[in-house]
Amino acid sequence: MVKVGLWGSLTSYTGGATHVEVAAGNIREMLLALGQNYPGLKPHLDRGVAVSINGQIYRDAWFQKIPEGAEVFLLPKLAGG
Amino acid sequence: MPLDAKPGMDFKVIGTRPVRPDGIDKVTGRARFGADFNMPGQLTGRVLRSPHAHARVKSIDVSQALKLQGVKAVVTRDDFNADAVDPALMDVLVNVMARDKVLYEGHAVAAVAAVDAPTARQALKLIKVDYEILPHVTDVEEAMKPSAPVLHADMFTDGVEPRPTKASNIASRVEFGHGDVEAGFQQADVIVEREFRTEAAHQGYIEPHAVVASMGADGYAEMWCCTQGHFMVRNISAHLNGVDVSKLRVTASEIGGGFGGKTTVFLEPVALALSRKANRPVKLVMTRDEVFRASGPTSSSYVKVKIGAKKDGTITGAYAELAYQGGAFRGSPVDMGAMCTYACYDLKNVQVVGYDVVVNRPKQAAYRAPGAPQAAFGVESVIDELAQKLGMDPIDLRLKNAARDGTKSSYGPTFGPNGLIQTLEAAKNHPNYKVKLGPHQGRGVAVGFWFNFGGQTAVSMNVNIDGSIALAVGTPDIGGSRASMGLMAAEELGIAYDKVRTIVADTASLGFNDVTEGSRVTFSSGLATVQAARDAIKKMCGRAAQMWGIPEDAVEWKDGHAHPAGANAGNFPPMSLADIAKDAGNTGGPIAGHCEVNAEGAGISFATHLVDVEVDPQTGRTQVLRYTVIQDAGKAIHPTYVEGQYQGGAAQGVGWALNEEYIYGKDGRLQNAGFLDYRIPVCSDLPMIDTVIIEVPNPGHPYGVRGVGETGIVPPLGAVGNAVSHACGHRMTVVPMSPPRSLKAIKG
Repeated sequence: MVKVGLWGSLTSYTGGATHVEVAAGNIREMLLALGQNYPGLKPHLDRGVAVSINGQIYRDAWFQKIPEGAEVFLLPKLAGG
Repeated sequence: MPLDAKPGMDFKVIGTRPVRPDGIDKVTGRARFGADFNMPGQLTGRVLRSPHAHARVKSIDVSQALKLQGVKAVVTRDDFNADAVDPALMDVLVNVMARDKVLYEGHAVAAVAAVDAPTARQALKLIKVDYEILPHVTDVEEAMKPSAPVLHADMFTDGVEPRPTKASNIASRVEFGHGDVEAGFQQADVIVEREFRTEAAHQGYIEPHAVVASMGADGYAEMWCCTQGHFMVRNISAHLNGVDVSKLRVTASEIGGGFGGKTTVFLEPVALALSRKANRPVKLVMTRDEVFRASGPTSSSYVKVKIGAKKDGTITGAYAELAYQGGAFRGSPVDMGAMCTYACYDLKNVQVVGYDVVVNRPKQAAYRAPGAPQAAFGVESVIDELAQKLGMDPIDLRLKNAARDGTKSSYGPTFGPNGLIQTLEAAKNHPNYKVKLGPHQGRGVAVGFWFNFGGQTAVSMNVNIDGSIALAVGTPDIGGSRASMGLMAAEELGIAYDKVRTIVADTASLGFNDVTEGSRVTFSSGLATVQAARDAIKKMCGRAAQMWGIPEDAVEWKDGHAHPAGANAGNFPPMSLADIAKDAGNTGGPIAGHCEVNAEGAGISFATHLVDVEVDPQTGRTQVLRYTVIQDAGKAIHPTYVEGQYQGGAAQGVGWALNEEYIYGKDGRLQNAGFLDYRIPVCSDLPMIDTVIIEVPNPGHPYGVRGVGETGIVPPLGAVGNAVSHACGHRMTVVPMSPPRSLKAIKG
């Protein structure tokens, strides 16, 4: 299981939970599971998000493995100048 | 993207300062910028723009324009099939050519292609647009009020439950943080709470947007333009015109500045549509007036900050509320701003709420660390005021609360190794921090943070017959990346820097590359360059092994030569890269290295800025006396360019802090669309900006590189604000701190 931290405004789609657990071995599995378990999250996931695993932010890496016990956060997709 | 670090990091080429490869071309005028491209039979394009801030477009009649001799094509909303456009790109389409409404003054409603500019201008006058003028709003706070004119009837605030049933100009609400902020404030001995406002600033690139598009009767097209991402231009322009991506080849010109403002399209899809209709090449170049009115400045903002601390300086609670307008479309960088707001601090109780707001202004575009400077202005000002109230040195207060390796960031993830502490300590020990100040002078300190990221990157490295290297990258060079790539290639291959020529290849010559943004290029194209060099080295070792008749793994690469590895490999004299290249035709053909990667592992970056100013008590004019940038680069590949990025960020930040602002009239029209009335800093406005490069290696890059392009603009608003506040004896809360505002502060 992966414990996923959510940014504040997403907690309205998880019944107020700031962290949720899903079964996933990589980022893609995690995003699919989040969308299935919390349908309100899906539009945000579809719009694009970044994922932080143990402090390292991934923008487009579906198959990045998530180690057991890793610190995982969902973040808005980063944009820069 | 972990790669093996260079053993021992004993660099031979990295860290040197060779002359920039584009320098001579640029100072002699040989460099070809966007507007320098011309083609036989080329037509001149012009865009008709809305004079109204908000209006319904009831009809567009182009018949008279088409009858004008010399007019070859006119395009309007009817020439773009909105039904076939990806919903994610709908705002881009609407922005490049208005549909049912114009949403800001300057919004494109039609474009013409004619034999010359006078004819094109005359044709614009013959296009009849019937507008139904609607109420408008250009101020972010006004736009949030329930009584404000609503821009989009289908905009219901995201991030709020239950979902609002009434449309509004608030596109979304975001929130970050952890802990219990109210409990944190109850523990505080001192609390400072203030409201701040920043006006919109333009990126101020010297080169206006320019493009030449040429589509043939066979449907194949070429395009030359100044952009930070020609692959992005290709994909979007092709999509909006219903053209296969493979049929459009885009070449990026030399670029006269971008700073984030050229990470999207404005003219390019329109030029392609005109060319297709006219069956001739079409050139579109924005005037400076159009750049201001129709391309993206950054967001204006409202920022509320509340911070509480104990007497010893420990911050117990921190709250912020941000409202950023993104122009007429959703997508202001308030989410980035909210994440960066307190990123420099190690906080137990922190909360940031952000609102993305639409107004009748041009669609905002990224500007160096988008969203971060506005929030940092508020936070760094309040931190400074807290230091005053606590009687603490402002650097000591920051050191006491600074984020470090292992800090749980205010936006969630735990930070890895970073250099914030080192930048603060270097600032405290810098001679500029010890200079005694005179009357009407003030000193400001501020810190700043930016994420940095990587992204999709493709690099091709060809070994030429004489042993020189042709390196093709796909990321436009906006800050010296060709030199940096050349240095990394030379370092890895073990050859001299001047043996490598780096070019920015067109979209048909390389795999997809993300836009040059997010301070990503030295990191990601550099990482790909190192990887491509290692690929080429492997192949060259194979050729040497073939020549020597030994196994490939019995050859190692050292100092630009293939060597037999160990006593059992045989006793052969080393073969240089040039030796191997010379015989490549007989040993298997051309040698090339490649790398196609989605680069991950970019390292975060922090900076500390120091500034001394003097404010003229008679006029309110602020003169910057000294400015010092101290920033973590991970590893400076070409230190001169790194220093240039630091200085450039500071210079632009000073301009934003002191003078630059979009000024709107009550009619919703921009009042100062030109460099005479929108004042960016010139040399006489700035001292020589001192720089200190801190190097805390990023473990995600083989040489330790961190992006450096954006962090430098995060602290200046706060640093200058603090300095001006001390000089005036009054806390400044509005950017820009232009002479009238400073004078008012002095006079009370």
